[in-house]
Amino acid sequence: MFWRLVFVLLILTVDHGNSTLMPKIGTEPSVGSGQLQNSFLPGLDNLTTTAKEGEVVEVENVMMTGVLHPSHYPARRAATVVQHYLNTRYGSPYRWVFLSTVHKGSAEDVTDIGRKYHLELTVQDTISNVSGRCSAELVFPEGAEQGAPQVNASCDELLQSNTTAQEEVFYQQHIASNNPVSGDNIPDSHGHMEPTMKPFWHLGGVASSFIMLRESNESTMYNMAQVANFTQLETENNQLRFQYHVLLHEMVSQEIIHWKLLVTWSPAEGVKVLQTELQPKCHCEVPPNTTK
Amino acid sequence: MLCLGSVGLVLLMLTLQRGHLAPYSERNYYTRYHNMTEISEWMEQMETENPDVVSSLVYGQTYEKRNISLLKIGLSSTNRKKAIWMDCCIHAREWITPAFCQYFVEEILKVYKTNAKINEMMKNLDFYVTPVLNVDGYIYSWLNESTRMWRKNRSPGTGNCTCYGTDLNRNFNSNWGTVGVSTDCCKEIYCGTKALSETEAQAVTYKLEKMSGDILAFFTIHSYSQLILLPYAHANISAPNHERLMEVGLGAAKAIKDVHGMNYTVDPASGTSQDYARQIGIPLSFTFELRDKGDHAFLLPEDQIQPTCEEAYAGVQHIISDAHDKAFYSSAATITATLWTTLLAAWVTTATVGRMGRTTVVMITTATVG
Repeated sequence: MFWRLVFVLLILTVDHGNSTLMPKIGTEPSVGSGQLQNSFLPGLDNLTTTAKEGEVVEVENVMMTGVLHPSHYPARRAATVVQHYLNTRYGSPYRWVFLSTVHKGSAEDVTDIGRKYHLELTVQDTISNVSGRCSAELVFPEGAEQGAPQVNASCDELLQSNTTAQEEVFYQQHIASNNPVSGDNIPDSHGHMEPTMKPFWHLGGVASSFIMLRESNESTMYNMAQVANFTQLETENNQLRFQYHVLLHEMVSQEIIHWKLLVTWSPAEGVKVLQTELQPKCHCEVPPNTTK
Repeated sequence: MLCLGSVGLVLLMLTLQRGHLAPYSERNYYTRYHNMTEISEWMEQMETENPDVVSSLVYGQTYEKRNISLLKIGLSSTNRKKAIWMDCCIHAREWITPAFCQYFVEEILKVYKTNAKINEMMKNLDFYVTPVLNVDGYIYSWLNESTRMWRKNRSPGTGNCTCYGTDLNRNFNSNWGTVGVSTDCCKEIYCGTKALSETEAQAVTYKLEKMSGDILAFFTIHSYSQLILLPYAHANISAPNHERLMEVGLGAAKAIKDVHGMNYTVDPASGTSQDYARQIGIPLSFTFELRDKGDHAFLLPEDQIQPTCEEAYAGVQHIISDAHDKAFYSSAATITATLWTTLLAAWVTTATVGRMGRTTVVMITTATVG
């Protein structure tokens, strides 16, 4: 009897995967509302709140100072501002960069100036997939009328990728055209777009970067969600001209913000945004009897 | 003529052999976005095709009185089973997420008979998968191009506020109304009139509370950003098993990267349903933010559905395996070890051990067992 028991145990030891054994219950410490351990998570925003009716409850942002965790939000938000800056300087219908990784970041308060960030980051061109490492310094100005952040950045290699040929072909194709081009919903609801629309999508993204850069602060993270529509206007001063309606997505508030832009571009002059107009948020609602 | 006929017959037999002529076994079904009607039909079909492992359950109602349903997937067992929870599409515009829930279900049903690990997990666990939590919002986002970016549910505003919708992921009872919310009903992160004011959030809460002792891992699937988020969002608090959460999260990120090279960052950050899940004692609680990093954003092209689902599946499976093994393997080891030492103690006390006093031997053995 005894040795039979030993034999059975031997089998059990060997066959650990046997599912007839009862699982452990309550393997992890249960956390009731009174038992949360209070410990500081480095890199997390310290958000204290004062609730006011109708306002965004996120009022007192105690900003991180010193070394920032490179993959957490504060560093990523600042790095996204650098991305917008790089697109305003170097973007085109054939060059549109996105933040890949933040390697290092730090922030400090500078008296009478504002908040200054130092960042090491990698951005990637979404068209050529070429990556480049950049160093950047940016200042979010302090004061009641917060102006646009000021950015200084330098990148290796990335921005020397040769887009000249493609840009020239595209420019020539549209500069003297008697058929002004236009498009809408780029990408569409299913993420599709015609291949001929792609350069206009990139151009919309680059043009949006001007507004996104201007509107950014330490607590925002902007991205272009869609080109609602664009129309080619008459060429002026050898610049291609477009009216764009873009949808921006702001990650912190999750808002979709509509802007109309007057955009010009040529290979020589790059992208310029001449006018911007905020569009009111549509509160148009479908009548209650929505078909199921 | 005869040749064509026989070819046709062979083809017909091959098709029938797969079960029947439904499109769901076709690979390309899972590479397209589907509206709510199609997803509901698909859920019915999953249940019909796999009656021994799949059952559907209605566990709540939306504001517009539609059913909130999940699929419960697992092999029937006489033992008490543990659970894995996954919900998709808490935010209407995140279309890649119901596509992922569908893919996840299809994948485990496809492999559970032949993959030993999945088979074992299906014996010990039930997977509770909700392909679309915010049914009203999802339907609304399919109406036309101008509704595509809808996020919230469709409950109307109250008082003087005429806008629609509450952000379901700000409505859970986990530090409600404190972090990252708005009290303006026209805002995208409007948290509702009070915690659990929304029937959709109530449905999840009540279901989780009934099951909380049995849930090993909780997943809430979102897009975009390519992140794996873990509790908590609010400052000065970390989960008691923070290190384990980070370790498992980082393991999942590595598993994701191994599939198609995509980088997913692991972060403690916001998400009230994930925080709520952790607070009621579910040990592993994660928010997944799927592709991409912003160029297409919510409008992810259909040709990216499959690679996104493949990598997310790998990430989720890493966490589920970890949760499963910790619950089942370590218990097996403990029980077996305890039995061995007890047996040793019994043998030692009954056997003749020469000059060693019996008392001494018993003491030593007791120390080992203890």
